[in-house]
Amino acid sequence: MNSKQSGRRRFLKKGGAALVGMAVGGIRPARGQTTEPPIPPEGFRPVGERSRFVKTARIPVRPRSPHSFTPQQDSVGIITPAALHFMASHGHIPPDIDPQEHRLLIHGLVDRPMILTLEEMKRFPSVSRIHFVECAGNSSPNDRSRWVAETIQQTHGFTSCSEWTGVLLSVLLKEAGVQSGASWLLAEGAEEGKHTKSIPLEKAMDDVLVAYGQNGEPVRPEQGFPLRLVVAGWEGVNNVKWLRRIKVTDQPYMTKSESSGYTSLRLDGKARWFNFELGPKSVLTFPAPGGRPLSGRGFYEITGLAWSGGAAVRRVEVSTDGGRTWKDAQLQEPIHRIAHTRFRFNWNWDGEETVLQSRCTDDRGQVQPTLAEFCKVLGISLDYIKTTTNNVSRFNATYPWRVSRDGSVHNALFS
Amino acid sequence: MRCFLNLLVPAMAVTLNFACVAAVAQTPAYRLGRTPTAEEIRKWDIAVGPEGKELPPGSGTAKQGAEIYGKKCVSCHGPTLEGSLLGPRLVGGKGTLASLKPVKTIGSYWPFATTIWDFINRGMPPKQEGSLSPDDVYALTAFILYKNDIIPESDVLDAKSLPKVPMPNRSGFFPSPWPKWQPQEKRPFGMYP
Repeated sequence: MNSKQSGRRRFLKKGGAALVGMAVGGIRPARGQTTEPPIPPEGFRPVGERSRFVKTARIPVRPRSPHSFTPQQDSVGIITPAALHFMASHGHIPPDIDPQEHRLLIHGLVDRPMILTLEEMKRFPSVSRIHFVECAGNSSPNDRSRWVAETIQQTHGFTSCSEWTGVLLSVLLKEAGVQSGASWLLAEGAEEGKHTKSIPLEKAMDDVLVAYGQNGEPVRPEQGFPLRLVVAGWEGVNNVKWLRRIKVTDQPYMTKSESSGYTSLRLDGKARWFNFELGPKSVLTFPAPGGRPLSGRGFYEITGLAWSGGAAVRRVEVSTDGGRTWKDAQLQEPIHRIAHTRFRFNWNWDGEETVLQSRCTDDRGQVQPTLAEFCKVLGISLDYIKTTTNNVSRFNATYPWRVSRDGSVHNALFS
Repeated sequence: MRCFLNLLVPAMAVTLNFACVAAVAQTPAYRLGRTPTAEEIRKWDIAVGPEGKELPPGSGTAKQGAEIYGKKCVSCHGPTLEGSLLGPRLVGGKGTLASLKPVKTIGSYWPFATTIWDFINRGMPPKQEGSLSPDDVYALTAFILYKNDIIPESDVLDAKSLPKVPMPNRSGFFPSPWPKWQPQEKRPFGMYP
């Protein structure tokens, strides 16, 4: 009894002292002492991880490629987790940048050239905006590996959507004082190849963002840590990552990416420079090849993503009969401009083979074309797309999935 | 070598119809950051535009370039510049652009010789970017152009001569098939690619 009592007393004494210490420490730390973080319980995770049962992941675009596709088949909502955002970088692995050392230089046709640290960037007035970033090659059909691709991840894995936080480039440019006669800028990354891209000043003064935040945390290394451009709605190559320099100029610099790469070569051998804005586009993420198969007839919620490079999505129609009839899908609100928009459509599957697809209209009245319409406008045949080694980029045609009687889902772009 | 591009580039900027943004009352409001020194800007400003104004002193010939190519480039681009799994081909493709299987190389497709210099200088060779001297880059550019039958082997490339190299496909591009289109406007149906 005695020993028990004394044991209890000892405990109370110790525990009580610890509690008092914690309370005092929490309110007013003793001078000269640092506040220790509370001792975590066993199994505590300072940085959360997903359940070990969740396996969805990026995949390399090609064997040994550093570029990767977002697993659209597993997407829910409109935000792509930063860890699953697609990665494209013209072959370079993300640089390991110490944010303390990183600098952004703004110079050229400006009155006040400036060098900014990341801390200084964060002192400017900031904005958060939800925008997609899409590679010009997303869903490109000319590459055989795409149109016979087994999964939506391979066909449509080059678009992702995030909440980006940072400083409007217009704020920085006004601070630097753009001189009259300036009409373009050159943005440059800090990665090994120092990717550069010329962007018209008009766009830069409109809605281009220098982002340091992605979905509530610092931009991930694959997405440009610590600073990147978000050039809303324009093809991915403009969104310079690991941004280290902006030079204001009076003409485009005709860099590799704009004078030869990312050009559109036509049938007559002439090519177009400077393709900017991505068109209206949508795709079904369920059912979709590479995702969950259907398990027999009955109710399914068809769902997918729609987006447009210069506008907000106004309408999405879904066809469950190979494009013969179209019905309006429900759009998830709020709808953000130049962002993935989630749509849903209730469907009772009768168990027979059929073809599903979606079609997007934006608030400028731009309509996503079908493959046949796409070819007609370009004056090319389906066979051309199948056979050519030319790039058919910025492909935004409707993309059909075939549901077989066994519930499996397949790419049906050409069949 | 005749120079015919100096007039075309400004013309192109005009065709794109982007109005110059007027320098309206841009007084600094936040006064953050610091002013870079001229030396800092010089060190960072590696971009070379189509007029070649930014090209540094130095020079090189195809012969010198062949030697550097053999040491630094051949493992990816191959002994005959035909490319490999590791690097794209750098020669050939002439006359293929209007075909079903266009071969787009520096020789058949690239419109500006300055872009070759700029890209080698900033991006080659992989893992050793920035290690080549201006002389090396002039020499490699000369070697690639010579192998594409664009300049003779004896030509010396430098800041003056490089921008004047007449690239075969210089007139093969146009800024936009819809010159009146501007950002924020509706495009003709289907006109995105």
